[in-house]
Amino acid sequence: MSVIFIVLPLAFVFALLALLGFIWATNTGQFDDLDTTAIRPLLDDEPAGRGKKD
Amino acid sequence: MRWNATQSAQTEPEAQARDLDDRAQFVGMRAGIGTTAGWKPAVHQNGLEAHSTGADVSCSHCGLPVPAGLVEPSASLQFCCTGCRTVYDVIRGCGLENYYRLRSADDRAARPASVSGRTYSELDDPTFATLYVRDTNNGLKSVELLLEGIHCNACVWLVEKLPMIASHVVEARLDLGRSLVRIAWNPARGSLSTAAAALDSLGYTAHPARDTTARELRRREDRKLLIKIAVAGALAGNVMLLAFALYGGMFTGIEASIETMFRYCSTMLGVLSLAWPGGVFFRGAIAAIRTRTAHLDLPIAIGLSAGAVAGVVNTILGRGEIYFDSLCVLVFLLLIGRWIQRRQQRSAADSVELLYCMTPSVARVIEADRVRDSPIEAVAPGMLCEVRAGETIPVDGVIEAGSSAVDQSLLTGESQPQDVTIGAPVCAGTLNVSGVLRVRAEATGEASRVGKLMALVQRSAQESAPIVRMADRIAGYFTVGMISLATFTFGIWALWDVSRAIDHATALLIVTCPCALGLATPLSMTVAIGRAARRGILIKGGESIEVLARTGTIVLDKTGTLTEGKAMLLAWHGDESLRAAAVAVESCSSHPIARAIVSASRETQPFPPVTNVRQIVGGGIVGQVDGREIVIGSRRFLESRGASVPADLGIAADRALADGCTPIFVASAGVAGAVAVLGDPIRADARQSLDALRKMGWRIEILSGDHSRVVAAVAERLGVPAEQATGDASPEDKLARVRELQGVAPAISRCFSADRPPRDIELHSQAHPLIAGATGPVIMVGDGINDAAALRAATIGIAVHGGAEASLSAASVYLNQPGLSPIVELIAAGRRATRVIRMNLCASLCYNILAAALAMTGILNPLIAAILMPLSSLTVVSIAVGGRSFSARSDRASLPDGVRGGRSVASEPGAQATGLCARETPLASSATHSVSRLTPLARARGSDVSDARASDSAAAQGSNSLPNGGRA
Repeated sequence: MSVIFIVLPLAFVFALLALLGFIWATNTGQFDDLDTTAIRPLLDDEPAGRGKKD
Repeated sequence: MRWNATQSAQTEPEAQARDLDDRAQFVGMRAGIGTTAGWKPAVHQNGLEAHSTGADVSCSHCGLPVPAGLVEPSASLQFCCTGCRTVYDVIRGCGLENYYRLRSADDRAARPASVSGRTYSELDDPTFATLYVRDTNNGLKSVELLLEGIHCNACVWLVEKLPMIASHVVEARLDLGRSLVRIAWNPARGSLSTAAAALDSLGYTAHPARDTTARELRRREDRKLLIKIAVAGALAGNVMLLAFALYGGMFTGIEASIETMFRYCSTMLGVLSLAWPGGVFFRGAIAAIRTRTAHLDLPIAIGLSAGAVAGVVNTILGRGEIYFDSLCVLVFLLLIGRWIQRRQQRSAADSVELLYCMTPSVARVIEADRVRDSPIEAVAPGMLCEVRAGETIPVDGVIEAGSSAVDQSLLTGESQPQDVTIGAPVCAGTLNVSGVLRVRAEATGEASRVGKLMALVQRSAQESAPIVRMADRIAGYFTVGMISLATFTFGIWALWDVSRAIDHATALLIVTCPCALGLATPLSMTVAIGRAARRGILIKGGESIEVLARTGTIVLDKTGTLTEGKAMLLAWHGDESLRAAAVAVESCSSHPIARAIVSASRETQPFPPVTNVRQIVGGGIVGQVDGREIVIGSRRFLESRGASVPADLGIAADRALADGCTPIFVASAGVAGAVAVLGDPIRADARQSLDALRKMGWRIEILSGDHSRVVAAVAERLGVPAEQATGDASPEDKLARVRELQGVAPAISRCFSADRPPRDIELHSQAHPLIAGATGPVIMVGDGINDAAALRAATIGIAVHGGAEASLSAASVYLNQPGLSPIVELIAAGRRATRVIRMNLCASLCYNILAAALAMTGILNPLIAAILMPLSSLTVVSIAVGGRSFSARSDRASLPDGVRGGRSVASEPGAQATGLCARETPLASSATHSVSRLTPLARARGSDVSDARASDSAAAQGSNSLPNGGRA
């Protein structure tokens, strides 16, 4: 079980990387607006050219 | 108002047609399209025939019912107004019809689109640029604008397609929650004003987002808190994983070296969690100790530090429990509670900010005979400003040209507009009602009367004691209880074994740490605030809710709060046949009195032709109708023109004066034949709301800046005793009265003379329950700048629908619905919310007592603690979310009939057609209506049309519901 002495710090490093990622995302403003972002994927872009008439 | 009349007046097709007609007229002007500017009574003669099929046809753009007269049977597209038609054409023209597909049926706009046709040239002013525009690193410029009219998900799509319409715009990103769009554009290829005009053509009016620095600061704080939550979460997760292993080892055995390592790792991560994200609680606790006030952070910090010390000691000694798994989760959950609370309060604040930003930021400055739009910040004393009808006067100054009537109700509470002419002083913040004025600025910004009143507001904010939250009040007892129990436990166990005594006392301190309490109150508040916001009641701080559950004094302003805030025709004495002639003559004027008489017209016949109309400033109006000379005005005016006044009309006029109304005489051929009684009508729901409030145990008081006579008349009709109605109150008087009612005035002056921090006031007033509790909390309800200081000083300030921006920023609650019934609703809901909070406190106390008992008897082990803690949190969360604070049904049931006016449109589309809402049309609800008092800009959208009347009628009708006659 001595492998745990290596694996545990490694796990912490991974956690730290994830945390750094989150902090980066926060600081670049990706969590400033949580309402609109939730909608954006649902708004499809139209295919190229002027949209179809319906 | 008008819209309502349109929909309900089935029996008066002509009146309806006329109504539609002049709306179509001014829409045309506003949009700069369609009709010509000739607004003549003659237009009324070919009124529309009302079709019976209107109600079930909905507008192709906004989805609202198309007024009967505007339905075009052959067309596949139907529009309720020119605004919608214009916007539809723009959207189609740009190939953006997808908007209509994206929009779901419920997402329909709550109001018709309005296209202002403004040029937005003020956005290109250098002053504006330095204030709001920022350079991005790739040579572009970016700015944040608040958009009026954002209502649904499809709006996101449409607004973000802005680059397709305005090619110099590189990117537009909309924040739906805040109606805030960030535009990045290439300054070499186009200006910001064209981008704003493009947004305008889509039906969104853009306003510069003020307070850029404050918003930036808030954003940075938000991010910081979010990062803290992330760190706390990551640490808690890892410590929990370690704890699982350790608990597992407890039952199945674990290698000693691994156990030691895990314990050290847990301690390391745990200490990190307490030191960084958990630091907020320690800082809060230290602040609480320093000011000697109770704060929930204090017991939390005690629990955390006891756990941390015991954990570290036990880790080093290699025995006993380390508590870091519980502590880390605790920090994580408490921070989440704070974040949720912050987010909810922010969204209420954001809604208020949007309203705030809709106020004018533009002044029309005249330089070298050229009129130029300038940001209001750039106006300096000595400059000459033009103020058109329906606009707010931007500066304190003296009139250099023109004459008009000025509505000062927001500034002074005076209900009657004052006639002003050359040489008269005018104040910033007052409303120019009828004519075009040129004002030489004497004082601007902070030096103006409004600026000084705002300084008063700020001072009263500093001096008023903050509301002590229930949770914080309890926190004091909690801390004492925790520590004495721990001491007791330690004392008892120390008789046998000192080390076990330390263990049990520490365990007690940790498990009694009020995690559930810290989560429960913010959550219950958040839920209540969120539900209130959905019903048009914006609550800026959760603390207000607890105060509402008590009883005390409600102080109400009169003008604009208890009354509609604008003159209307209340009665007509004498010859009815003179009415048509009077309306015909007055329709040529834009004076507020004239407008009141015209809008109350129930004539079904075309107006008789009027010739020779002359308006005499400060007197009245004269015109020829059917060969007779019609003179309309005050008694003095009539007599000065040689007309005699019969005795019975004189009596009627005196009675009207005694009631606080204004009598206007109408004379035909030298003899006064009728008296029109004009006044500021009391809101339809005022009496019922006040009765409901009285029934709940609140004392009602009226405090107004209007004449005592008028105030007394209103008080009498509302059943308020004369001694509780005060008139002629200046803003300073109002502030003093609110202070007096709170009973803290002497304490405050003493505190401040001793130069102690404001926080001490709270202690002081708490120390004298007799003083503080003499009358209970004081709620101030008002709408004007003159109420702002009192709103801020009161325990709770409620700004009513349509109030001035100063009252918006000063009040802690803003009603986004017309009428007074929301106040009743608010108080009833406040009581329910407080009940939920109490229930929650009870539940978390029960858990704590259970845990304390276990800890004291020594049965508690960390595993049980680790289970109890989330369980208690889960309980309070479900109570908070499930609790009925503002839930729709119970609210409705608790209100007396008739107090239920003004529901939000989205939830009750049927109300539109039936005109259920007594005084306000559903269309005019929400932000749109408040525009009519808030934003002269929105009102005076006819700014491109030189005819003052265009903006005038725009002012009369607000910025809503603009059906198109479909014909020019």
